[in-house]
Amino acid sequence: MDNVAKELMQELREERIEDKNFDLKKISDEEKELLLKTGIDLTGKSRCGFFFQKDHSIVHCQSLFDGAEIMDIDEARAKYGLEEYWWKALSPDKDVYTKRAAEHQEHGYFIRSFKDAKVVYPLQACLYLSEDKIAQDVHNIVIAEEGSELHIITGCAAGPKVRSGLHVGISEFYVKRGAKLTFTMIHNWAEEMAVRPRTAILVEKDAVFESNYICLLPAKDLQMYPTATLLGENAVATFNTVLLARPGSYMDTGARVILKQKGCRAEVISRTVSTGGTIIARGHLIGEASGVKAHLECKGLLLSPTGRIHAIPELEGRTSDLDMSHEAAVGKIAKEEIEYLMARGLSEEEATSLIIKGFLSLDIEGLPEELKKEIDNLLTEIDKEAM
Amino acid sequence: MKKLLEIIDLHVMVGDKEILKGIDLEVNTGEVHALFGPNGSGKTTLISAIMGFGGYKITKGKIIFSGKEITDLPPYERAKLGIGISFQKPPPVNGVKLKQLVELCARENGRLIERYAKELNLTEHLEREVNVGFSGGEVKRSELLQLLVQSPQMVLLDEPESGVDLENIALIGKAINLLLGRKVEPKNGRPIKQVLKEKRKSAIMITHTGHILDYVEADYGHVLVGGKIVCGGNPREILHTIKEYGYNECYRCFTKEEG
Repeated sequence: MDNVAKELMQELREERIEDKNFDLKKISDEEKELLLKTGIDLTGKSRCGFFFQKDHSIVHCQSLFDGAEIMDIDEARAKYGLEEYWWKALSPDKDVYTKRAAEHQEHGYFIRSFKDAKVVYPLQACLYLSEDKIAQDVHNIVIAEEGSELHIITGCAAGPKVRSGLHVGISEFYVKRGAKLTFTMIHNWAEEMAVRPRTAILVEKDAVFESNYICLLPAKDLQMYPTATLLGENAVATFNTVLLARPGSYMDTGARVILKQKGCRAEVISRTVSTGGTIIARGHLIGEASGVKAHLECKGLLLSPTGRIHAIPELEGRTSDLDMSHEAAVGKIAKEEIEYLMARGLSEEEATSLIIKGFLSLDIEGLPEELKKEIDNLLTEIDKEAM
Repeated sequence: MKKLLEIIDLHVMVGDKEILKGIDLEVNTGEVHALFGPNGSGKTTLISAIMGFGGYKITKGKIIFSGKEITDLPPYERAKLGIGISFQKPPPVNGVKLKQLVELCARENGRLIERYAKELNLTEHLEREVNVGFSGGEVKRSELLQLLVQSPQMVLLDEPESGVDLENIALIGKAINLLLGRKVEPKNGRPIKQVLKEKRKSAIMITHTGHILDYVEADYGHVLVGGKIVCGGNPREILHTIKEYGYNECYRCFTKEEG
């Protein structure tokens, strides 16, 4: 499947699309709505900071809270150097995409919460592709300093003009001692797009990393496999993934966690629904120290005979005295559940819809109401497609 | 008394096996019927067929509810007509909170949710996923909460006391009486008798142990053996006979009828 992305790379316009005079106020209502559905609120209400990159230029960047900073990564490197963070969690040699990003990088964000600061509202970062057939290669660095708490909502979206394109996003996360970082990412791509996020997270002693990933709109070729390394004792990583693959979508996603010290814990959970697309739900837990606890859960609902869900859960114990488990299930909606709800007066469609919504429901704090509503609407459409 | 449910010569197959072999049963408005019978006699099949679940194929006979034939209607239409069921082992519904489900059941009784939940010790459960990690008693109370707000005319109860500890049986019994309109207070100066008459719901209640009869009074009892009703009458007397002599005595009636 990698061919799609590689072919696409041949066709792309390798030009910089810069729009320094762009003003967020000029954004059309259609685009505004699209962004809201991607978790990005242009009013910045209930947000502690806001970063907006359109194609190859940063059009908005503002920090509204003393406890954290948000800026263009290039500016941050000029200001702080960041040698100890730049390509330190990931290597440019990992694959053709990391290599590409190392060579073609155009901005990206730098977000840091300061020592012991508790960021009340999420910071939002938007990577927006407005032109057709271009590539966006960004490099992001996020640091949660010791004892701090940070929540980031990242929305990646393609505009109405975009049919195909390539998005490569390098993200390196550093969660320092005792810090807590919640990272919520929503993808709303165009149908013919190839998407290659490359993410690594380093989690220190007593620190917590929590990732939520939602992708409900079609993407022709999405591939991501973030790796969290729990470096210190009692470090925790959680990955929650919610995917909907419509016909023509190919989504190969998962998460890997390496538990290196005693007391480390990890949970990788995915809920996927296919109405005709392909989903590969991966997960890989590697226990390297005694006394770690980790659980992997891949659950898929296959609602169409042409869809495909392939769950690949992997557990790798490298020492004794580990507690690692996995649970994988792929199937259709249980008839028993539908009839249970029908006995309460719900029609078959209403029952199916409620079950799918429940199946994909993740309680994520700080999600905008519009996004929740949109998720609801999308899920109501699913069962119409499925029947 | 008005005839609410009428079952005529009902034959039901599950898979390729005939489980019910000609059931005739009438339930009038306000009556509670207890259904006894050994394991595998067809009790759950009977109420599943009344509710209209798939997998229970009616090969002969009919079911009439409120004067309307419902033999071929899907479950939700039967629910809308006023039939409700308490499952013996309802499935967990992941990600759906009990509150959401109860609100969907409620239609017009939404305002009563909090009150009923409190009476059933389920206030905190409203925020939990339906039947996920519920104990035996919690499952049964949650079923009754759903039915209370749904408020059906005809209630099918599948072993409401199974898996419930003694302490909770009284609470379950209380909830069933409330559901069936059997415990009412004088209202707006009208006599209890009149209020009762208006409020009373009908029920078919499957019971294995008969414990629930200590709390909920049944008007009639039936014994199901081998897919047929072999005996009917005073529920307490029937229960007494079963306790004393076991279902062997019922088999004797069954054999007699077969012969």
